[in-house]
Amino acid sequence: MKRGAPVRTQGPADGGTIFEEGAPGRRASSFAPSDLPPALVPESHRRATPPRLPEVAEIDIVRHYTRLSQMNHGVDTGFYPLGSCSMKYNPKVAEVLAQAPGFARIHPAQPDRTVQGTLELMWRLERALCEITGMARATLQPPAGACGELTGLLMMRAYHGDRGDERETVLIPAAAHGTNPASVRSGGYRAVTVPADARGLVDVAALRDALDGRVAGLMLTNPNTLGLFERDIRTITDLVHEAGGLVYYDGANLNAIMGRTRPGDMGFDIVHINTHKTFATPHGGGGPGAGPVGVVEDLVPYLPVPRVERTDDGYRTEDDVPSSIGRMHGFHGNVGILVRAYIYVLLHGADGLARVSDHAVLNANYLAALLRDVFPPVYDERPMHEFVSSARDLKAATGMRATDVAKRVIDLGFHPSTVYFPLVVEEALMVEPTETESRATLERFADALAQAAEEAASDPDLLREAPITTPVRRLDEVRAARELRLSWRPADGAAPA
Amino acid sequence: MDFTPHTPADVAAMLAVVGVDSVDALFAQIPEDVRLDRALDLPPGAAEAEVAGALLRLAARNRTVDELVCFAAGGVSDHYVPALVGGLAGRSEFATSYTPYQPELSQGVLQALFEFQTMIVELTGMEAANASLYDGATALAEAVAMTLTADRRTVLVSGGVDPRLVATLRTYSAGTGARVETWEVPAGHGAPDAIPGGTAAVVLQHPNVYGVLEDVRAAAAAAHEAGARLIQIFDPVSLGVLAPPGDLDADLAVGEGQPFGSQLQFGGPNLGLLACRMADVRKMPGRIVGETVDLDGRTGYVLTLQAREQHIRREKATSNICTNQTLMALAATIHLAWLGPEGLREQGERCAAAAAYAADRLAGVPGVTRRFPDAPIFRDVALVLPRDADEVIDRLVDRGFLAGVAHPQEPTTLIVGLTERRTRAEIDALADATAEVLAGVGIAG
Repeated sequence: MKRGAPVRTQGPADGGTIFEEGAPGRRASSFAPSDLPPALVPESHRRATPPRLPEVAEIDIVRHYTRLSQMNHGVDTGFYPLGSCSMKYNPKVAEVLAQAPGFARIHPAQPDRTVQGTLELMWRLERALCEITGMARATLQPPAGACGELTGLLMMRAYHGDRGDERETVLIPAAAHGTNPASVRSGGYRAVTVPADARGLVDVAALRDALDGRVAGLMLTNPNTLGLFERDIRTITDLVHEAGGLVYYDGANLNAIMGRTRPGDMGFDIVHINTHKTFATPHGGGGPGAGPVGVVEDLVPYLPVPRVERTDDGYRTEDDVPSSIGRMHGFHGNVGILVRAYIYVLLHGADGLARVSDHAVLNANYLAALLRDVFPPVYDERPMHEFVSSARDLKAATGMRATDVAKRVIDLGFHPSTVYFPLVVEEALMVEPTETESRATLERFADALAQAAEEAASDPDLLREAPITTPVRRLDEVRAARELRLSWRPADGAAPA
Repeated sequence: MDFTPHTPADVAAMLAVVGVDSVDALFAQIPEDVRLDRALDLPPGAAEAEVAGALLRLAARNRTVDELVCFAAGGVSDHYVPALVGGLAGRSEFATSYTPYQPELSQGVLQALFEFQTMIVELTGMEAANASLYDGATALAEAVAMTLTADRRTVLVSGGVDPRLVATLRTYSAGTGARVETWEVPAGHGAPDAIPGGTAAVVLQHPNVYGVLEDVRAAAAAAHEAGARLIQIFDPVSLGVLAPPGDLDADLAVGEGQPFGSQLQFGGPNLGLLACRMADVRKMPGRIVGETVDLDGRTGYVLTLQAREQHIRREKATSNICTNQTLMALAATIHLAWLGPEGLREQGERCAAAAAYAADRLAGVPGVTRRFPDAPIFRDVALVLPRDADEVIDRLVDRGFLAGVAHPQEPTTLIVGLTERRTRAEIDALADATAEVLAGVGIAG
């Protein structure tokens, strides 16, 4: 193990908000001279006092947000092994091409014949996603994975409704991502938890017991949220189908299996894809994402509108599908993100996508092996693209928790893994290195974790006080929630104008 | 091509540490009966230069708003986005970061979202805003969900609300169980005649889909009288000129934030705006950033009120929202800082001036009338044409215009949207071209 010294990776927090910069009357914006008479907006409708926006020069804005950018960790600044988030490298070429005026400067209400390039791209991306997932058709409309989940559940509801089959519940594994149960509720169903067995996989006997005529379906991630492949998947999907339910594939972990197996081959009926995970569209600090949803043939009638169809004369949008669940977004979804996903698919092709999954799984297994003695894996099953370890033993021995380890790792120059997820694992450390990281990076990260674990016993203050290299130190989250300050106020505390 | 860095020697060394002899062995737990026994049926990977060529050929098959003068609006519209927005929001420290789970490493994006929330509060005159939602349409669906209670399940929606928004609300309502009812606006605007018992929310768009100004205060008073909430759909571009939702007694305010900092991009990614009163803040969906202090007493920012959210509350969460549109919110923040209060007012005045001129000019085209000639408007003009609006729009493309958007439920109604970019000459040219198209000049057959 190589010992690391504290590393400062970010600039200092030495300024206030944008509202504290500038001076009354200063401005950055300018408009071309107008040759139109002023409008006569009725006085009764006019605003009494202007909104308190910043009054700043362009240089003030540039320096302010450049400074903020230097207080922010991204994939481009360093390793980012957040489990379940797939923080892989986002190709620059996708950024540049997506901003070409031909893609960026088109209005969603343009006649189809004026947007044939984008409609073709959307149609081709849909075909590619269907091939990768083994589905018949897909909608590109959901603007995020969680919205994709809701789209799938609303289609599930429409499918059962058409069969006069009122169903009430959707089954979810205990370790599932929180969006699953929340989407189930938004879809008008009740979530029922299915336990895992000692392997960390769905307890098939418990699933059998939970299935009855009230169950609309099962939502499952495979590899599951613990990073393990559900070996009994064919039995699981068969059991749900026998009970009249549908099986939903949460595509959060599709990154692990491309070219090896497909949700359709496993018996899933509905699949959502997180383009920011599998197809490397930028996470954007928490969006925008895109959550396309694929379905098997029986569910095609319920896909949202508008859809893109190919005809002999080119591509057209189709709005009039009475069986459709309707619109999930004001327009066609996050098309700018879909352009980037399509570019990723073209760059990689069949061979490249398979290599993505191969190396994502190789990297996770390698890092897990390096950490075997420090943070042993929680389950015996071989991990796929991510793995879950626990700081439970460390806590018992030293009193230091997963969060303390994570904060110390920050001082050693890394973004930590996900901690405390999945909720079912005590003191969880969930690590997803992704396929774009080098062997040397994985080794340095393993060294940092090992160093933190050693220091937990030898010098716990290093963990307790961490981080000390960041623009701010540990923040008082309790105070943030108790004394809500959700917008900036001047020192005199005056309410907004 | 791909972006994996390992050499064959790396792979061999790593497999040895893992203790297997091949990459295939890492996938041994996938049962035979679900394995894909062939390669994916996709083209082989391509070099960056090849992909760039293919994409630019596709892009060339779109006709942009730089080529066609854009009068299409309906939530998203052609505003000038200053260059500094892309230059700053596109910085990869922001773009390649994620939800700030480790706030000490993410102060940049957290502070920017705090500033965004502040600007939305200032614009709307409301008390709190979240860190953004997907778009204006889904923001409406989320706002409605906030108002539903066990015994109030009806949502009363004005006929002046954009039908796209109503359609989205109806889709979401299949899950939430909200009953969506509408009232007619024969005068182009107006409050409902009666608000039935069990109404959770009254929804008014101001300015509405016809561009017409509504009396939000009167509708809010009627809603409150009936124990319901008033949701105002606002146009953020109007708020340098028009009184904000907070002054009009709205309980919730939602809007489409694309005009600030986002390119059109065929309608997404956009920026959903949602603001409320402090009393409702714990029901609000989405990320919320709060100010706090660190161990040394320095000001810092964290995601707060997370007990509302799906990753903590699971099926009891206020919404299933996980990510939002952070990057668009950041772009909007930068664009609004660039505008400042005076720039925002000037932009709004220009939109309104262009709309007033366009209304006069277009209503002067033979056969064309204003949909609601007496109603005051802000920046959209609703016209009734003697022919189907979609057909006229299509003909006008050949003359270099995106003339507007056809009202989905009124085939002969054309809604012409104005921004600060549209000039007198462009409006004159649109009017002339419309007159020629309607007169059949230069149209074969």
